[in-house]
Amino acid sequence: MIRVEFLTKSFGKLDVLKDISTEIKDGEVIAIIGPSGSGKSTFLRCLNLLEVPTRGRVYIDEIEVTDPKVDIQKVRQNVGMVFQHFNLFPHKTVLQNLTYAPVCVKGLSKQAAEAKAMELLERVGLEEKADVFPSRLSGGQKQRVAIVRALAMEPAYMLFDEPTSALDPEMVKEVLDVMKNLAKTGITMAIVTHEMGFARDVADRVLFLDSGTVAEDAPPDVFFSTPKSARAQQFLEKVL
Amino acid sequence: MSPLLFEAASRNSYILGQTTFLDFSKIAPNIPYILSGALVTLQFTILSAVFGFSLAIVLSIFKISKFKPLRWFADIYTSVFRGTPLILQLALVYFATPQLIGYAIPPLQAGVITFALNSAAYSSETIRGGILAVDKGQREAAQTLGVKYPMMMKDIILPQAFKNILPALVNDSIALLKDSALVSTVGALDLMRRGQVVAAEKFIYFEPLIFVGIVYYVLVMGLTFFAQNLETRMRRSD
Ligand SMILES: Nc1ncnc2c1ncn2[C@@H]1O[C@H](COP(=O)(O)OP(=O)(O)OP(=O)(O)O)[C@@H](O)[C@H]1O
Ligand SMILES: [Mg+2]
Repeated sequence: MIRVEFLTKSFGKLDVLKDISTEIKDGEVIAIIGPSGSGKSTFLRCLNLLEVPTRGRVYIDEIEVTDPKVDIQKVRQNVGMVFQHFNLFPHKTVLQNLTYAPVCVKGLSKQAAEAKAMELLERVGLEEKADVFPSRLSGGQKQRVAIVRALAMEPAYMLFDEPTSALDPEMVKEVLDVMKNLAKTGITMAIVTHEMGFARDVADRVLFLDSGTVAEDAPPDVFFSTPKSARAQQFLEKVL
Repeated sequence: MSPLLFEAASRNSYILGQTTFLDFSKIAPNIPYILSGALVTLQFTILSAVFGFSLAIVLSIFKISKFKPLRWFADIYTSVFRGTPLILQLALVYFATPQLIGYAIPPLQAGVITFALNSAAYSSETIRGGILAVDKGQREAAQTLGVKYPMMMKDIILPQAFKNILPALVNDSIALLKDSALVSTVGALDLMRRGQVVAAEKFIYFEPLIFVGIVYYVLVMGLTFFAQNLETRMRRSD
């Protein structure tokens, strides 16, 4: 479980997140939506401490990650992240991208890591690309590799920051399909997305962020049919 | 006639009295001697480059460190070595430190120490730039996989940084090769010094010095060619 208590994040004078408290239960899939600049990425990045919160606490599995004494690398092994721009390691092959962290961080043997990696690549239909460098892949293929690279660490949590926003339209589906299948496996997911159809289908809960606060927190059918706040109504009118 | 004028006059007459200009056969027996100086120069350059480069990596990591004293140290280091003449640094290491430590450093060793320290100051700037040019998403991807800082540097950041700055580093070592002629001033028998020795012995200047110049030029061109090759090959792999 991820628990967020009174999370505040400021960049200089700019308060990006204001006193957010929420929970993500085990196995839950939450979609985080909201206008540009509302703090969605910052919120996600505070969960694994890519951004250090200004105030407030974040707990993952009851470990307080905002405690400076905590071994954050250890916690991060259990929290995968997928970025908008993939961030694959360009100097490593697809297979090496997948095996690097399991070998170097978890101490898996090369053979075990490679077997696991091939299994994951098969799952996303990319086993033929194992020995290719990322520059040879399409955007959709890169993002699928990025997802299984994170999964290779066998995390209990997965964070996605607009995983399809940098993709050509025809490649969005292949990535969303992978995420849909992943959601069925019971892994806990937090997904920042502008894909409303996907959020409606896959999410258990929608968090609507507006200027650094959670303006709405509701199941998708409720949120998309009867949003309470005026801001959410305006937002949905624009994007739907 | 004063002795000095007499000497000048006699040297003039000597030069004017020469029949052929640039007759390399005159130094033919000395050519193996000079060429083995090229090996000394190369050895010297390679040693300085390797030590300098290793030190440069450490300095560049200091420069991007969150710990301020490390940053200060590296910045002051660079500033001092860039802000004073290389020949002075060499003189300090060769002539002055023996007074301090009571051990006479051989000329080549003094040269390697000075040039390694000096080139580290320059290369550390190049490497720092290369590290900062690596997309910050690379760092974040490594962090979210739980990779610790030293491993991340070694396996993810530095390999990408070096790929970008390799041509610049080769250029640094070309400069090092040419500057290495300065060790002749402390008596190391490098390419330059051997040219001078032959010149002084035979009392002819053009042939040995120009021959030495040609050897330097060939070495530098070889390295330049290598650097260009690397650059095009790298552009192709992007
Ligand atoms: N490192 C930073 N330094 C300063 N300001 C930042 C930094 N990161 C984000 N911000 C600011 O914080 C605000 C929220 O940014 P954030 O990236 O979290 O928004 P977002 O909801 O993800 O937007 P988008 O949909 O455009 O990705 C923005 O105004 C942004 O300019
Ligand atoms: Mg964002």
